[in-house]
Formats: sequence, C-alpha cells, structure tokens
Amino acid sequence: MYLAIVLLPLAGAIIAGLISLFGAHKAVREHDAVHGVPGGGHGHDGHGDDASHRRNTHAHDAHDDHGAHGGHGHGDDDEIQSPGARPAQLVTSAFLVLSAILSWIVFFQVTGGDFGLEQVTVLTWIHSGDLVADWSLRIDSLTAVMLIVVTTVSALVHVYSIGYMSHDAHTPRFFAYLSLFTFAMLTLVTADNLVQLFFGWEGVGLASYLLIGFWYKKPSANAAAIKAFVVNRVGDFGFALGIFALFFLFDSVDLTTIFSGTEEMAGHTIQFLGMELDAMNTIAFLLFIGAMGKSAQFLLHTWLPDAMEGPTPVSALIHAATMVTAGVFLVARMSPVFEQAPDAMMFVALVGAITAFFAATVGLVQNDIKRVIAYSTCSQLGYMFVALGLGAYQVAIFHLFTHAFFKALLFLGAGSVIHAVGGEQDMRQMGGLRKKIPLTYAMMLIGTLALTGFPLTAGYFSKDAIVEVAAAGVGQIAGLALVLTITAAIFTSFYSWRLIFMTFHGKFRGPQQVLDHAHESPPVMTIPLGILAAGALFAGIIWAGPMIDNQMFGSGTATAQVTATDAVTREAAAPADAGIAAAAASHGEVAAGDGDHGASPLAPRVEAFWQDAIYVSPDNHILHDMHDVPAWVPWAPTAAMIVGLLFAIWFYLLRPEIPRTLAREQDVLYRFLLNKWYFDEIYDFLFVRPINRLARFLWKRGDGWLIDGFGPDGVSARVADITRSVVRLQSGYIYHYAFAMLIGAAVLITWMMFGG
Amino acid sequence: MSDWPILSTVTFLPAIGALLILTIRGNDTVARRNIFHIALWTTVVTLVLSFLVWGMFDETNPGFQLVEETAWLGGAINYRMGVDGISMLFVVLTAALMPLCIIASKLSIEKRFKEYMIAFLVLETLMIGVFCALDLVLFYVFFEGGLIPMFLIIGVWGGGRRVYASFKFFLYTLLGSVLMLIAILAMYWYAGTTDIEYLLSDVSFPAGMQTWLWLAFFASFAVKMPMWPVHTWLPDAHVEAPTAGSVILAGVLLKMGGYGFLRFSLPMFPLASADFMPFVFVLSVIAIIYTSLVALAQEDIKKLIAYSSVAHMGFVTLGIFTMTTQGVQGGIFQMLSHGIVSGALFLCVGVVYDRMHTREISAYGGLVNRMPLFAFVFLVFTMANVGLPGTSGFVGEFLPLVGAFEVNTWVALFATTGIILSAAYALWLYRRVIFGPLVKDALKGVLDLTRREQLILAPLVILTIFFGFYPQPILDVTAASVDHLLVNVQAAIDADAALATAQTP
Repeated sequence: MYLAIVLLPLAGAIIAGLISLFGAHKAVREHDAVHGVPGGGHGHDGHGDDASHRRNTHAHDAHDDHGAHGGHGHGDDDEIQSPGARPAQLVTSAFLVLSAILSWIVFFQVTGGDFGLEQVTVLTWIHSGDLVADWSLRIDSLTAVMLIVVTTVSALVHVYSIGYMSHDAHTPRFFAYLSLFTFAMLTLVTADNLVQLFFGWEGVGLASYLLIGFWYKKPSANAAAIKAFVVNRVGDFGFALGIFALFFLFDSVDLTTIFSGTEEMAGHTIQFLGMELDAMNTIAFLLFIGAMGKSAQFLLHTWLPDAMEGPTPVSALIHAATMVTAGVFLVARMSPVFEQAPDAMMFVALVGAITAFFAATVGLVQNDIKRVIAYSTCSQLGYMFVALGLGAYQVAIFHLFTHAFFKALLFLGAGSVIHAVGGEQDMRQMGGLRKKIPLTYAMMLIGTLALTGFPLTAGYFSKDAIVEVAAAGVGQIAGLALVLTITAAIFTSFYSWRLIFMTFHGKFRGPQQVLDHAHESPPVMTIPLGILAAGALFAGIIWAGPMIDNQMFGSGTATAQVTATDAVTREAAAPADAGIAAAAASHGEVAAGDGDHGASPLAPRVEAFWQDAIYVSPDNHILHDMHDVPAWVPWAPTAAMIVGLLFAIWFYLLRPEIPRTLAREQDVLYRFLLNKWYFDEIYDFLFVRPINRLARFLWKRGDGWLIDGFGPDGVSARVADITRSVVRLQSGYIYHYAFAMLIGAAVLITWMMFGG
Repeated sequence: MSDWPILSTVTFLPAIGALLILTIRGNDTVARRNIFHIALWTTVVTLVLSFLVWGMFDETNPGFQLVEETAWLGGAINYRMGVDGISMLFVVLTAALMPLCIIASKLSIEKRFKEYMIAFLVLETLMIGVFCALDLVLFYVFFEGGLIPMFLIIGVWGGGRRVYASFKFFLYTLLGSVLMLIAILAMYWYAGTTDIEYLLSDVSFPAGMQTWLWLAFFASFAVKMPMWPVHTWLPDAHVEAPTAGSVILAGVLLKMGGYGFLRFSLPMFPLASADFMPFVFVLSVIAIIYTSLVALAQEDIKKLIAYSSVAHMGFVTLGIFTMTTQGVQGGIFQMLSHGIVSGALFLCVGVVYDRMHTREISAYGGLVNRMPLFAFVFLVFTMANVGLPGTSGFVGEFLPLVGAFEVNTWVALFATTGIILSAAYALWLYRRVIFGPLVKDALKGVLDLTRREQLILAPLVILTIFFGFYPQPILDVTAASVDHLLVNVQAAIDADAALATAQTP
C-alpha cells in the first residue's frame, strides 16, 4: 500500500507524459499537413493526398472539442493544440485521488497508536563499498503527516487544474509535471536514507523548474525557472556536503543507523576545511543550508517570488503547501542530529525569525496578488523554522500541516480570481469582486482568517503555538524571535486583509469589459476550494491536541488518567509548578516513568501521536514549557491580528488615499520594500555579473591567451619563426657556408683546448 | 566455445568489416548502401559479442579473465588479451556507441563515405584493443594507433577549421604519448617483461623510479582525459569533428586517460600516486570550476558541451585519486555514464546541426514549439549532465564526491560547487536553444526527430534513466576489481611507510 501511494503518481506522470509527448509530436505534423510547413524549407509540404488531408483535419477538430471549455482566452491562433487532454487529466487525477485515500488510511493507522516504524525495501540502488543506499520507504508518524499533506493538496490541485488549465494548449504536459512532482515529493518524505531523500529533493526541484517555466514562451518564466533551480542548487550544495559528512562519520547514509549513533557522536569533532569543528553542529548547519534553499529562507529566498511565473495551481501545490516545506521536513526528520547541535539550532531559529519578519515587510507593499501570497508563504516558513530552531519540531510540523491547507486555499482562491478577471494579477486592477465571485470571496476569507490566526481556525492553533514556543525559549535569539514573530503577525494580518480589501471590496479599477466577463469558477474548481476551506477551519481543532498537546481542546483521556493516578508523584516532582494541571501531569509522568534515562518529556497523547518519529532529547522541555509562558503571550498573536486588521480597514476601506500619501512621504522605505530589500540587485552585482565577467575572462584570456598562446599556438608560431630563420640561413652562397664552417671549427678547437 | 578467443574476435571483427568495405568499388547509391550495411552489421555483431563477454564475465573474480596469449615480438613481448572489472565495461560501451555512430553518419556524411566507414571501423578495433590489451607494448600500439583514424576523421570530414583542430589534437596527444613510450621502455628494462598482469602482481618499482614513470604516464593520460591545463585541444576538436566523431571522442577516447590511471598509475606506481594525489586534486578542482565557468560563456553549442566534458572528467580524476572505494567506483561509473550522456548530447547537437547547419546558440530558440520529442530527449540528457538523481550522471558525480570528502574536505567543498555551476550552464543552454517563442524564420519549418534519430536516441535515453535508478549492474562488475586494486595500493603504501619507520630509528 505504501508503495502504491508513491508509485501511483509516477504511473500517472508517465502516462500523461507519453500522451503529451507523442500528442505534441503528432500535432506538429498534423499542423504542418493542414497548414503547410511554415517557412517552407523542406519541400514536402502542401501536397498531401486528399484522404490523409481529410483525416488530419478530422483529428484536429476532434481534439478541439475536448480542448475547449470556455472559449480560448489566451494563446495565439497559431498555437498547436496537443491532443489527449481529457485522458491525461482523468488518469492523473484519479490516481492522485486514490493515492490520497490510501494516505489517509495510512495516516490513521500510523498515528492511531502502537505503530512505531515500518521500513519497506523496494530495490537496491547504489552499493559501493560501505555506502549502501536502497530504494526503500520509511513509514512513521512524520511521514504519515507529510503523506496526507502532499497527496491531499496534490489531488485537490489536480482536480482544480482540470478547470483552471482548460484553456491551455498543453494540458497533458501540465498534468504530467504535476504528477511527476508529487512522485518526487513522496519519495522525499518516505525516504529511508539520505541519498533517496536527496533524490526526492532534486526531483521536486526538477518538477518545480519545469512547472515554473511551463509557459516557456515567456522569457520571464524561463528566467524564473532557471533562477529557482540554480538557487536551490546552492542549497543542495550544502545539503550534499552534509550527507558526505554524515557518511564520513557514521559510514552509512541509512537514517536508522545514523539516528542510533547521534547521541554518542555529540561533542565529537570533525576535520572540516582545516578546522576542528563540532561534528553535529557542522553537519546540522550544512543540512540546514539545503533546507534554506528549498524553503526559501532569508538569503536564499529570491527564487520564490519569481516562481510565481508558473501557473497558479503550481504555486499552490509546490510553492506553498509541499515543496517549500521540504526544508522544514528535513530538519524535523533529522531531529536526532539537530538535537545534538545547539549552535546550529540557534542559527535555524535566527534565520527563521529574520525570514518571518523580512518577508512580511515586503508583503506589505506588493501589488501582484500572487506575490503577496508568496511572501506570506516565505514568512510562514520562517515561523516554522523558529519552532524548529527552538526544538519544537512537532509545532513546526503542525504549522506545516495547517499552513498547507490555508495557503493552498489562498493560492487556489487567487487562481480563481485571476481566472475570473482574465489573467490579471495586479490588485490595482481589481476591486469590488465580491459580488461577481461570491463563492471565491468566501473561500479567500476563510483562508485569510486562518492565516491571520482568527480564533479557532487552523492558523490560530499553530501560529500561536509558535509564538508561545518563542516566548518559552531560552536565550537572546528566542527573545528576538518572539519580537519578530509578533511583529510579523501584525504585518501578516495587514497584508492579508489588504489583499482581501483591494481585490474584493471598493470599486473595480480595471477595464469595464473585464468586469463584465468576470464569472465564478466552475464546480471542478470551487469544490477543491471547499475541501481546503474545511481543512483551514477545522484542522486545528481536530489535531492541535494530539499533535502539539494544545490545552484548550480535547485534553486527552490519557492525560486525565495520569493526573488522577500520579497526583502524588506530581506533587513531589514539580512542587513549584503551579501551571496548568495537565501540563504538570505530563511532567510528573516523566519523573515517575522511566526514571532519568531515555525518558520522553512529551505529553502522553503527543507521544502516542508521534511515537518515535521525532527525537527529542531528554533535556528539551520546550513542548511543556510553552504552556507556562506569561499570560499575555497567548493573546499576543490575536491582538496582533486585530491591530493589522484595523490598520487594513483604515487604509483600504475608510481612507483609501492614505497608502498613496504614505508611500510618497516615506519614499525611500517604500521603494526599499517594493524592491524586496534590493536583494535581486545586490545578488546581480555580487554574483551574477562578476561570474559572467570571470567566465569570459577565463575563456578569452585563460584558455585563449595563456594556455593556447604559450602552449600549442605559441609553440607552433615559434617553430614557424625558427624555420623561417633557418630558411634564411640557406642563402646558397658558398662563402656563407665556408664562413660558418670556419666559425664552427674555431669554436670546437677553443672548447677542446680550454674545456677538456 | 570456452577456448574461442572471444576478446580477439570482438577486437578485430570491425577491422575485418573494414577490409570487406575496401572491396566495394564505386560511389553510387548502391555502393553506399552496401558500405553502410556492412559497417552497421559489423558493429552490431561486435556489440552482441561484447554482451557475450559481459555474460561470460565472472563478477566475483577480481583478476583478469578470458585471457588469451600468443607469442608475438619474440620472448618478452607477447600478444596478451584479457579483461577485468575495470576494463570490461569499456569494451561494451565502445561496442554500444559504434552502431549508433554508424547510423548517425548515414546521411550526414556526403564525401568519401567508404573511407569514413573504414576509418570508424579501424578506430573501433583500436579502441577495444586498448581496453583488452594485457601487454604494455600492445597497449601502446592500440593507444597510439587510435590517434590516426581520429586525426583523419577530424581532418577530412570536419568543419571549417578542421586542419587546425586536427593538428592541435594530434600534437597534444602525441607529445604526451612519446613520454609514455620512454616510460614503457624503462619499465621493460627494469622488469624484463611488458606483461601487464605480471607487472601488476609481482613487480614493485623503486620509489624514485615510480615518480618519473608516473609523470611520464601522467603526461599522456592527462592530455587524453583531458585535464586542465592541457584541455584546449578538446573544444576545437569537438567543434570541428563530424557528429559521430564527437560521439566517439567524448564517449570513448576521453575514457582512455581515466582507464590508464586505473590500469597503470595507481596500481603500478602506488607511492608516486599517493605523493601526487594533492597535485591531481588541485588540477581536478580547477578543471571542474574553471571549465564550468568557461562553459557558461560559450556561444557555440558543441564548445559548451566540450567544456562541460572537461569538467566532468575532473570528477573522474578526482574520484580515482581519492583511492577510496566510492571514489574509484564513482570515477569508473562517471566515465561510463559520461560516455552515454555526452555521446547523446553530441548526437542531439548533430540533430539540429543537420537541420540548420549552424552551431551558434543564438541561431536557435523556441525549438520546443516544433520539436517536442527533441526537447524531451535533450532535457533528459541535460539533466543527466547536471547530475540530477535518477539519471546516471548523479551516481557518477555523487560517489567521487563522497570519496573526496573522506580524503580532503576542501577538495570536496570546491568540487561540489560544480553542481551549482553545471546547473547554470546547462539550463542556460537549454533555455536558449529549446525554450522561448519561435521567432526565427529559419526555424519555423524545422521538423521533429525522424524515425532514424528516434532509433538512435531512444536506447541512450533508456540507459541514462535505467542506470540512474539501477546502477547496480555496473557497480557489481567493478566492485571486486576495484577492491583488489585498492587493497594492493594500500598494502604498497603501508609497506613503504613501515620501511621508512624501520630505517629511521
């Protein structure tokens, strides 16, 4: 069953890929047969016999039928339609839905109780000496959570895309890429060794590259695709080195082997770049560089906003819900390593906090609807890394889980808006759309509520938990993280509501005929929105208890029992702990349970959910401490949300002229934010242009002048010179030769007299 | 059957095919077709026989197998053939690329078709001979002999600057080889034999002598690889060579350098190899970074791929000289993988060159609109070139880097930057050739892959992906021999170290 979950999308990708490939190949030929070869270079155009001509036109009509749902919006007339859209859509979507259903079954099996860990070896892969990396699946709670996130969002995005991409000429290719992505992502989350994880890691990078550049005629899309791949490769560079270092240290790339050895390796050093460094910190740091690239963290984030060049369903699936969270998954998966690497953890938290803040500031002023959400994603990923860096892996994964729902919802909602207004993405050309597309409006509203952390929505549980973690964390970085996450929460609320108000409220600011054409999306698009909305509303209430031991709801029966039976122990173990009873109970259970070695500081129901999927070292009590934070902390995110909302109402509903005035008055700041802190410009100046110059220099001067000039060309030129001189010597005059003989004899005699 | 000299058959069958072609007269279509069919079937049968060799090969045996021996130049110098886990797959690679080259040349070669095919078949004999030879002199004959047909292929059927390119190629490689010849003579005088198997197992050269011999062999192999800074012949040779010539050049000829390191430098001169290890590392790392950067600036498709070949060969030398299992196995894997991938990339260039007669990158753009199949095939090979997991290129990059990290982290760090740079130049090339709108008039009538081209490229696509997901057939074949090699090298180094400590009380 596990294998089926992973391989179904691959099967879909291959089928859709073949349909796309041979469909496109055939379509070009038929196009030529009907219209003649453009440019006419090859002679055999035009004169197809009547029968084949008729057959070809017929085929052309046939696929026009199922290619057109609502008239041809974009694309020029000469666009060659690739046939087979319908089968490709159906096959890939059906496979994905099946895969999603299986994933949910697995999820309940795994997190229902005593499941532990299951490993399935599929095929040998690379065996070289001690390096053994097989194709194998690792199923535990962490994998199970990721499985449902990936397959559910992917299945919904597949279905949604049937509607969204109906006008596109390359539908089969699109679905092939989507399924390919899903396959790669599933191999990533089920990986049992680091090399397979790296396979999935790069595989999603490939799919992302292909999907960002899906509309390959747009130069900006191509540029964004390359940028995404190359920037990710910078992260992969670190990741790869991390894998090498782990193999060097443990003689294995197998996760189980590595995990069983990390405690022992704590404090060991490794020779790295001539320095004697703490092994675990170094490795964790290197792995985190990979995570920074994939999850678009500060300094390696520049590709994510540009990635919005891809079709919107892609943004929802890859650049919001799944691929960009791979970095978070990596850190959680490698928790046994990170737990032994306190310095690297601080760095993780720091980068996360900066990203959360930085991206939120940029999101404040963006005008492209998708870019606002993209920066929001970037910022939310920062939140997750704050949680990871402070040791609250479960909280990070929980936020990943809820975020997948509401961010995918927002993106697909934005797609529905874009669909309605004929491809426009600039919010300045929108406004007042709530009457035209009420359903989409409602969905976007739910997404916004969840994102901003409106009480009882999914985001409320997960984001608040992260703020609490930051408050419970020890050290300056935790303090900084607290300040930055709360500030970012204000900004998040502001830009999210700004998006809603600019898009759906006020008066429409675009051309009138666009408004007249604006229409609600078909059910095939709105139903996935509805399902995601349900997730955005209820995922928090349902899973906040078991996943992060949230106290407000369903404080589990197990905890209650512990409270009753171990009351005395509790008194003894934590007398000073006047906090919430259940939390103290969990603490007490630790003291009463296994004694002090190998004891888990987790609450029993959290323990039951995660089992051994996430390693938490015995002195990491963050999941417990987060309930003991000062009373104002749990209220802070809610307050931040209200502040942001009020400002948004004031700026965009009550006094719409304020933003413009403010932008004019604070011109420098505005431009700074609008240009995303000038990161692209700085990188262009620091890396892109110098490297290009260096490349030309090495080619022209290094290869051309130095090596060839002094090497073969130089030698041959000198040889030519010498021969020319030698030729000159052969003058043909006897006295020249006689003179030369004389000189030679003189030299010889002299040498014999004095030298000998 | 077991007495049948199968290696000699595989080696000399193409030469027999060449003799057959010699008998054909005339230059009309019938003659052309006959020549083509003889060449094709000769190479196909050779390929089948090479598979037989693989089938008869015992993976668990680290030594030489299928050995044949006949007296040759009297006494010490004999005709000896045999394969082990290091060389066997190169025979198969050579035999596998050849039929594709023959098919690819069917239409694109217009003049002197007969001579062209003869040159290719003779070349195949010489290349397979290199990998089978178990005698130094025999090896040298094959190794140097291969230069001549390649020189002719570039010089006669090449592009505009073919004479310059072929001479550059010839001079560079010959210069290196002369030094190797002197070294071979020295080895003969010292050991009294040129039997490679004997030299490997029973002779250990004194440390001082090893240094000189190592350098002499290095001069030859480094040029062949090619390593930085003696690589500049390669881009010129590739640019001017006809498509099939490029395929063989990149696919097989470059591998002779790496094979030489594994067959001679490492096992015969282990002390010198250990001493020169940092030197090779530096050159490899420079090759990876330098040539990747130069590739970024190229305006000619073939030159770009040629430079990327140099960078990939940097991973090979890096892996081999780590003297770790992963490094050496990875180096061999990279050579085989690169043989498939770069060969395929040059075939891809040939596909568009046959249509447009230019290799300028700027002359292309938007090909995906007219050539979806080609775009897909080219994508697969581009990704393999980038080292994407799931393609054979990944295994070939990953394993040497793993090995390098064990030996020196600085080297691993710099070499790993190659994965960033390769992504940059390869995707940039792909974007400029394949993506974008189709605006150039000349391209508007361009046709997708023909049946013949599909037939050539399909097996390469399948192999690239197959070995990406299941590289074990190759790794299994090489494992025992590589292990044997490394154990011997390590023993020699340890023995020397023990001697050194014994002498200094």
